[in-house]
Amino acid sequence: MSSASTSESKPAPPPVEKIKVKVDGREVEVPRTMPDPLTGKPLPTTMIQACALARVDVPHYCYHPKLPVAGNCRMCLVEFGTPALGPDRKPLLHPDGSARIAKSPRPAIACATPISPGMEIYTATPAVKQMRESILEFLLINHPLDCPICDKAGECRLQEYSMDYGEAASRLAEPKVHKPKRVDLGPRIVLDDERCILCSRCIRFTRDIAGDDALGFINRGSYSTLTAYPGRVFDNNYTLNTVDLCPVGALTSKDFRFQMRTWFLKETKSVCTSCATGCNILIGSREEKIYRYVPRQNDGVNSCWMCDYGRLNYQWIHREDRLVEVQARRGAALERISWAAAIAELAGKLTATPAGSAAVIASARQTNEELYLLQQIARKLGALSDSIPRAGEPDHLLVSADRNPNSTGARWLGLASDPLGARLGEIARGVESGRIKTLLVFGEDVTRNGLPAEWLSRLELLVVSDILPNATTSLAHYLLPGCAHAEKRGTFTNVKGRVQRFLRAIQPRGDARPEGEFLRELAERVTGRPQPVSIEGLFNQLARETPAFAGLTWSSLGDTGAEGRL
Amino acid sequence: MPQEHRQILKHVDQPGYTVDVECYLRHGGYATLRKALALAPKTLPDGRTASPPEQLREEVRLSGLRGRGGAGFSCGMKWSFVDRKSGKPIYLICNADESEPGTFKDKQIIYKDPHQLIEGMILACYANDVRLAYIYIRGEFAEGARILNRALAEARSRNFLGRNVLGSGYDLEIHVHRGAGAYICGEETGLIESLEGKRAYPRIKPPFFPAVLGLYLCPTIVNNVETLCAVRHIIALGGAEYAKLGTPNNTGTRIVSISGHVRRPGYYEIEVGKATLGELIFDPAFGGGLREGRQLKAVIPGGSSAKVFKAGEKFRLKRKGPDGKEAERELELLDLPYDFDAIIAAGSMSGSGAIIVLDDSTDMVRALANLSEFYAHESCGQCTPCREGSLWMAKALRRLSTGQGRARDADYLTHIADNIPGGRTICAFGEACSWPVQSFVGKFKDEFVARGAADEKRRAEEARAAAAARSLTPAAQPEAAGL
Repeated sequence: MSSASTSESKPAPPPVEKIKVKVDGREVEVPRTMPDPLTGKPLPTTMIQACALARVDVPHYCYHPKLPVAGNCRMCLVEFGTPALGPDRKPLLHPDGSARIAKSPRPAIACATPISPGMEIYTATPAVKQMRESILEFLLINHPLDCPICDKAGECRLQEYSMDYGEAASRLAEPKVHKPKRVDLGPRIVLDDERCILCSRCIRFTRDIAGDDALGFINRGSYSTLTAYPGRVFDNNYTLNTVDLCPVGALTSKDFRFQMRTWFLKETKSVCTSCATGCNILIGSREEKIYRYVPRQNDGVNSCWMCDYGRLNYQWIHREDRLVEVQARRGAALERISWAAAIAELAGKLTATPAGSAAVIASARQTNEELYLLQQIARKLGALSDSIPRAGEPDHLLVSADRNPNSTGARWLGLASDPLGARLGEIARGVESGRIKTLLVFGEDVTRNGLPAEWLSRLELLVVSDILPNATTSLAHYLLPGCAHAEKRGTFTNVKGRVQRFLRAIQPRGDARPEGEFLRELAERVTGRPQPVSIEGLFNQLARETPAFAGLTWSSLGDTGAEGRL
Repeated sequence: MPQEHRQILKHVDQPGYTVDVECYLRHGGYATLRKALALAPKTLPDGRTASPPEQLREEVRLSGLRGRGGAGFSCGMKWSFVDRKSGKPIYLICNADESEPGTFKDKQIIYKDPHQLIEGMILACYANDVRLAYIYIRGEFAEGARILNRALAEARSRNFLGRNVLGSGYDLEIHVHRGAGAYICGEETGLIESLEGKRAYPRIKPPFFPAVLGLYLCPTIVNNVETLCAVRHIIALGGAEYAKLGTPNNTGTRIVSISGHVRRPGYYEIEVGKATLGELIFDPAFGGGLREGRQLKAVIPGGSSAKVFKAGEKFRLKRKGPDGKEAERELELLDLPYDFDAIIAAGSMSGSGAIIVLDDSTDMVRALANLSEFYAHESCGQCTPCREGSLWMAKALRRLSTGQGRARDADYLTHIADNIPGGRTICAFGEACSWPVQSFVGKFKDEFVARGAADEKRRAEEARAAAAARSLTPAAQPEAAGL
């Protein structure tokens, strides 16, 4: 999990007292308390947090910064000492005035042991190394060692630490413990109990974060077995996070398992588009094919999690019926034409459109940059514009009631009404009455949103850009194939006004082009105003011109985004 | 001549002594409780006023009582750690999960004198301002739980429990909770988890010290059955008077469970340190010696998890002489006084007071295999070293004791056992499962090596014989080979 900076713009908490500790001989100043991952209440800073602040890596399996501490794997055992006290309870000093340290005879788990002023933590002693080696040996004796067929291979903590602390050969002379294989834990998860190292991360996640106490251990000792409670199925909208959390290959995603070795995957920083929360993700792709989304840590948005729906909502990108041709209606039929011809014809027709006779249905799934270009065209045409809302049930964790990824951007850029869709009726009446003769539709099937096919057929010009075919695309006079977010770059503004950028993971199919590219050409021709060529330049320009984005630049967004002015 | 000093077991096994409250009252029962409840606030020399509970706690501190469950931790100190300012209720739990192999002392109290335990508990609760207490009893003591529940009902009906105990204004309720048969429930934080209705996974300390974050994350005292009975006698006698029993720092009486190869296995209550291991094993008043013609081979001095002593071992211990000066003395195993400190100084522990005697008929490999089997079965499985190590050792010992050994198995076992204890595990079970292996293999290594070497030799011979038989087969049937 990548470490991410938090750029929450909440009021700063009161300053926390700092204390000095030494990590492997280097003094660091760390806060005395740090917020509890669940409640936010201050808890004493632990050794592992102090080590992280000192940029010293302490190997661990069960510890996770976003979960309650369990302390069961014992991989993070370290040695430590505290200032020695004399009989008068005053610190004993060396002749040079430095504090004498009383080294603890027993090690401590770094994940649960609070630090104290003057404490010295030793993570690199021979004793610590020996303890790590022994823990790893214990974890591996009953492990099936089936890395060649394990989906976790390449991102497995057992593998990683084996490189540092593992033995080449096993000492075990007894038969291994056998446990259930291929356990169908729920609709999206398969469990291999033999690979499980019983760290309880999944149990803690689903109980304490997802709020679905579905998993537990049965049996005792080395026979302990992870399972869903009898009669329960592990099925909530966050189950796949346990696959990420699983430090080994015990929990695997039915969607991803056996599809691709992880080390072949190119990882692209992106944002989930399934709702307005805008969970940060990594797109795993290889050779223009997406294999998975995994959450990317952003403490201002999604912590380390994402919902199962959003995670699996990528298959449509590879659908066979993707729109891959630029088409224009010649008589009754749609014919394939070139982008150059389409842009030229459209520019001509739009320039000739009388003011007030056009309307634009922008999509709240379009990027801020695309919406900005579309907004310039709409203004030039004096067009009515709006976007179509998508609503659903919100949940307690991440899912927003707004299922569009960029409703905020559409509103901020002046294309959509507030609330979204308030002007749709007016547009529909305009089309029905024939007052509106030109309609630009982006990424929406308007026939399902108050504009029946019969009314659309009255239009003189219907320009549709979309990714997949639908009733509206079949009626288009000009059909412009667009791109999924994974195929382009841009920014979305989430429900809380956080502007987040995403990068291109794969190339678009066929003639499909990122909407920003052809909208730029069209906008230049319709408005006569040159537009920046790059997405970076476009964003910077829209930020300069749009008050809600004031002060933001593409580079200032960083990997985790920045908040606009709501 | 060492003698039993029956204090807790004073009436137990006397003809006519029964578990009902009338019998207990006839024998002076609940008089100590009445005395304690009648205490008035006392002005101390420094001008402060000590409330009756504070006075009781002071008596327990003065008594020097050390916990009888296994760790031998000072009871007064344990009580002093309790967070009394949190505003949360304070709970007291009687640990009646007596499960350490070889230990059967608490059972005598529960089954034969339940009211003594209840009186001790009420006193301890009153001393610590506890309003709700639990007796966590091991599941196998089904009859014991029934006896305790009957006794609690009797105590309630006579207002020793319930609202306004004996008109004192103090309210107390005690509930019996039966375990489900897991050894780890005797570990105090595992017990607390179990009492909360969860798997008995011991808690990590820090932060979950029971005195601060115990049952339902409230301050909690967990005391052993025998410890709580001792509290009753401390309050009856006065702490200073009680401290005269036993030896310095090892005060009072304790019940010793003697089992194994002795003529008179059983439970014996002694003044702590006033009898030696040898006396407990050989004296006619105690174990009564070994069977005819047998020699002592080993002694496990404090429940099966304690490190074994080998017959004839000698120890150099610092002991206070009659002149009060500390001097190093060499002591034979059998001359070790049976107390907390001497047994620890000799490298083991008196633990739960269970002495297991092994004579020369004992196969140490099989004995250890048996012990390890128990600990592998009882490891809760929460933390890695104990979970994996306990079963690994048990499997290796099963192999070694069933003819599949190797000469290097002794080192193999030591290697595993060395990686479990010493703060690497969440609770002391890591020590409990590795100490027997470390000590058995360490002190009887030749036996383990010889067993493995013999197995290797026999298997090599068998393999040679099998190979020879294979090479002979075609020659014996030439026509078959010719086909």
